[in-house]
Formats: sequence, C-alpha cells, structure tokens
Amino acid sequence: MIITESLTKHFGSTVAVDSVDLEVREGDRYGFLGPNGSGKTTTVRMLLGLVFATSGRARVMGAEVPQGLQHVLPNVGSLVEGPAAYGNLHGRLNLELLDAAGPRSSTTTRRRRIEDALERVGLSAIDRRPVRAYSLGMRQRLGIAAALLRQPSLLILDEPTNGLDPQGIREIRDLLLTMNREGTTLFVSSHLLAEVEQLCTRVGVLDAGRLVLQEDLATLTAATGRVLVRTPDVPEALTLLGRRVERVDGDRLTVAGASVSTLVPDLVAARVRVDDVREERPSLEDVVLSITSNGDDRIAGLGP
Amino acid sequence: MIRVELRKLLRRPRTWVSIGMLCILPLIVALLLKISGLAPRPGEGPAFLSAVLANGALFPAAALGIVLPLFLPVAVAVIAGDSIAGEAAAGTLRYLLTRPVGRTRLLVAKLGAILLFLLLAVSSVAATSYVIGVTLFGYQPVITSLSGTAITPTQLLERTVLVVLYIAWSMVGVASVALALSTFTVSSLAATLGALASLVLSQVLVSLDAAGAVSPYLPTRYWLSWVDLFRDPILWHNVQRGVVIQGVYVVLLLGVSWARFMTKDITT
Repeated sequence: MIITESLTKHFGSTVAVDSVDLEVREGDRYGFLGPNGSGKTTTVRMLLGLVFATSGRARVMGAEVPQGLQHVLPNVGSLVEGPAAYGNLHGRLNLELLDAAGPRSSTTTRRRRIEDALERVGLSAIDRRPVRAYSLGMRQRLGIAAALLRQPSLLILDEPTNGLDPQGIREIRDLLLTMNREGTTLFVSSHLLAEVEQLCTRVGVLDAGRLVLQEDLATLTAATGRVLVRTPDVPEALTLLGRRVERVDGDRLTVAGASVSTLVPDLVAARVRVDDVREERPSLEDVVLSITSNGDDRIAGLGP
Repeated sequence: MIRVELRKLLRRPRTWVSIGMLCILPLIVALLLKISGLAPRPGEGPAFLSAVLANGALFPAAALGIVLPLFLPVAVAVIAGDSIAGEAAAGTLRYLLTRPVGRTRLLVAKLGAILLFLLLAVSSVAATSYVIGVTLFGYQPVITSLSGTAITPTQLLERTVLVVLYIAWSMVGVASVALALSTFTVSSLAATLGALASLVLSQVLVSLDAAGAVSPYLPTRYWLSWVDLFRDPILWHNVQRGVVIQGVYVVLLLGVSWARFMTKDITT
C-alpha cells in the first residue's frame, strides 16, 4: 500500500526525513512511531503530496507520489497534524463542503455517507452549533469522520486519539480495528507507544529523520524463553531452580530456559507458593527505547 | 469546487459586512449633501458630486467615485488576501488538497469566488446608490454629461454598467496582488496589508513628478479614468490603457501565484 525508497526531505539545511524506506502491506495496521520532531508528520505530508520530497521516491496504493496521487487520494482517508474545519460552519456542513470539493463524490449518497461517518465516530447527535464551539475531542472526532467519508481503503492518521478521553480513545481504537477487519489498511503515526502496541500489527520507528526499525510487532514482543515468577518463598524457589534463576528482585525471579507449563508443576510439587507466573515478553517500550537510546540520547532531548 | 468556494464566501459574515459598509458610505455622503445642500464646486471633491444635487440618477457614478480610492480596495484585499493564507492558517488547506482538489483548480476556484465578490460589491454599491440618489435628489430624464451635452437615460445605464466593469477590472488587479502574496504567507493579514501597501506606493508615485517616467505603467495610474466614460463622446484612450495595464499586472501576478502555489510545501 505504501512503499518508499530513500525518501528524503531537507528544509533549508535541516534534514527532516533522511533516506526512509517504508513498507506498509495491504491489511497492515502499521504504527509509525517516533518522538516529536523525528519527521513523522513530514513523512506523512510527503505521502499525501502536501510536501515535496527532496529526493527518493514513494508509491501509495501503486501510484507514484506526487504525480499519480490525484487518482488514489479519493480512496485515502487522512488526518494530518490534528483536525481542521471552518469554525463558522457546523459539523455536517463542513463534511458536506469537503465532500463536494473533490472528485468521486456522489451527491445522492452524500447525506447518508455523512450520517454514517458521524455515527461511526460517535457524533450522530451533533446539532447546528458552529465547529468553533466544539471541544477538542469533538473536533478530533469530526476530523476522523471526514477521513471516513468515502470508505477509504487506506487510512493515514496522524495522532488519531489526540484530545480524546480514555473512553474516546477506546471507541476510536475499536472503530479502527473494525475498519481494518473490513479491509482498510491503517497507517497510524503516534508517539504513544502503549497505544500503538494495543492497535498495530507492524511498527516502524523514526528517530531524528531515520527509520531505525521496521518489524512485525509479534516478532518484536515474542517470548524471550524466560519466565517471571513472583513468590513469597524465594529461598525455597532458589534451592529448587538453582542456576536457572538469572535474576532476583525482591519477590520476583527471572527463570531462564523454562516454560510456564513445565515450571508450575515443579514449583507446586516442591511446595513453593506462587503469586504470579508468566512468560517474559519485552514491551514495545523496551524495544523502542533500547534501539533509540543506542549511542543516541536524542529521544530524551527532543521531547515536547 | 467553484460552487464550494462560493458557498463558503456567501456564508461568511465578513462578506456581507464589507458589502454593507461599502453601501452605507455613499448613503452617509448623500444624507450630508441633502441636509446641507452644499455640493462641492464643479471640479472639486469627488467626481460627479457637484452634479448630484441636480440629478439623483448620477449618484451611482459619484458613489463609485467615493468608494474606489480606498474602501473598495480594502474590502477586496481582505477577501483575496485571506483566500489561500486563511485556509493554510486554519489547516483546512491540507484537507482540501488531500481530498484531493488539484492545486490549479483550487486557485481558479478562489479566483472565481473573488471575482464574484467584486461584481457583487460593485453592483451593490451602484444599485443602492441609484435608489438613494433618486430618492433624495429626484430623477431628471435630461442628463448632462461631463462635457455639458445631454445623454439619454439608456446611455447613462450603458455607461454605468461600463463603469461597474471597469472598476471591477481595476479591483481584479488589487485582488491579484493580494492573492499572490496569499500564496507566500500563512498570515492573511500580511497578504492584505502587503497588497494595500503596494497600492499606496503606486498612488504616491503617480502623484510624484519625479516618477513621471514610470507613472504610465503603475497599476493605479488609470483607476480614475472611468470618469471619461461620462464624457460625450466617451474618451476611450485612458480607459483602454487602464484595461491593458491592469491586464498585464493580472496575468503576471496570477502567474506568480500559480507558480508559487504549485511548488509550495504545505506545512500548516
């Protein structure tokens, strides 16, 4: 769906995006990560033809960027750096004008498509108040509704849950998962690792304009082959497991070369009480912080 | 797309407020004239005002003469300066372009909306001031041209339409400056003020003898030549020059706007 080769953008002497090779496959839920200022938004803008690349190429849904974009953009829904609307007009009219502005917009289905989109983002009951009076969360929902107007086969969303409360974040996540099941490819940029971990199947990590990681989430967070055990009987457990225990931290043991299903019967047989036992899996945060901090502490320096 | 732009234009309170202001200004002048009965002497003050007391049908021309030097350019520069910069500042530009609306199409639609605003504004001033003039000063079927000969009411109507078009065309020049600046900045205010500053500069140079060599090529040089359309016979020379010079500026500036907008990184 999205392929870039050495995509690069300079703004004057600053290199915003440096030779990025993205690969987003059809059906992916792709999480595009990176600290603020790492070039995520510039990359998204290049994919949508808003910003022109200094060098390198990109293809979106098979179309060359930017020349071929006019043909594919009607099937791409996007949210770039927050929603935007005409403040003096109400929400429905904003969607209507946006829809009418571009190609492939059937006037006969417009009203229904607008109502569908509003329904999906939880705004079906909005009245004729001008958008200027909307809360941040409502604007965000309206922006997502605008992206959904034409049943897009690719959604490019920049920080889609910005300004939403925890309830809203879950609603939008569920909506995106449903759409993905219905066949929409998702490309979601975010600096919230936990959010991406809950939503995405594949991640790309940008750091200071460079793509430092691109991998399936399942591979990144695969079990390490170690088991974490929490027990009040630490000395007994140590006697039983001996040198297989790699680390002791209070009542927590890290056990190597074991699986939960073989370890638990052994512990129970030796009358070691167990509070908690589970496989060790690195979190996305562990992975991302380990690669972006490798000889480069920019991630801490570039935060908001 | 042009229809979308028109709907946006017509739904903005700003559009109607500025047209309203343009229409009220001649009304104030007319009321003062009526109450005081003191018209400027012929050849002094805004064109035509001296003749209005005798014949209200000439008031549209006088009214256009009143709003032309300052108020009309301000209104046009506000609308045109906001056209691209306003969308960029509000962020709606990125959603229009990814909708997708081609950049050329968007620019043409913006220009179309500006032209409609212009015609609407200039004809509103002409229409309301006709009503004001005839109500306050009465209607005389015998109309005296600036040359002292009589012209028929039909001729007067024709000439008023020509004046509306000529003034609108002069304003397209202002609009082009504001539109071009609007593609360079995200501040509508900067684009509007920049356009007005260029007009002030042009006016200063027009009145400066030392700038005589460039004066015939300045955008505002022939703005007031619409008065010649009320002479009998019509003095076409300056009007024609005015139309051509505005045309050159319009083509040049629209070219600049287009070239700039096509290659611009949209980072707002």
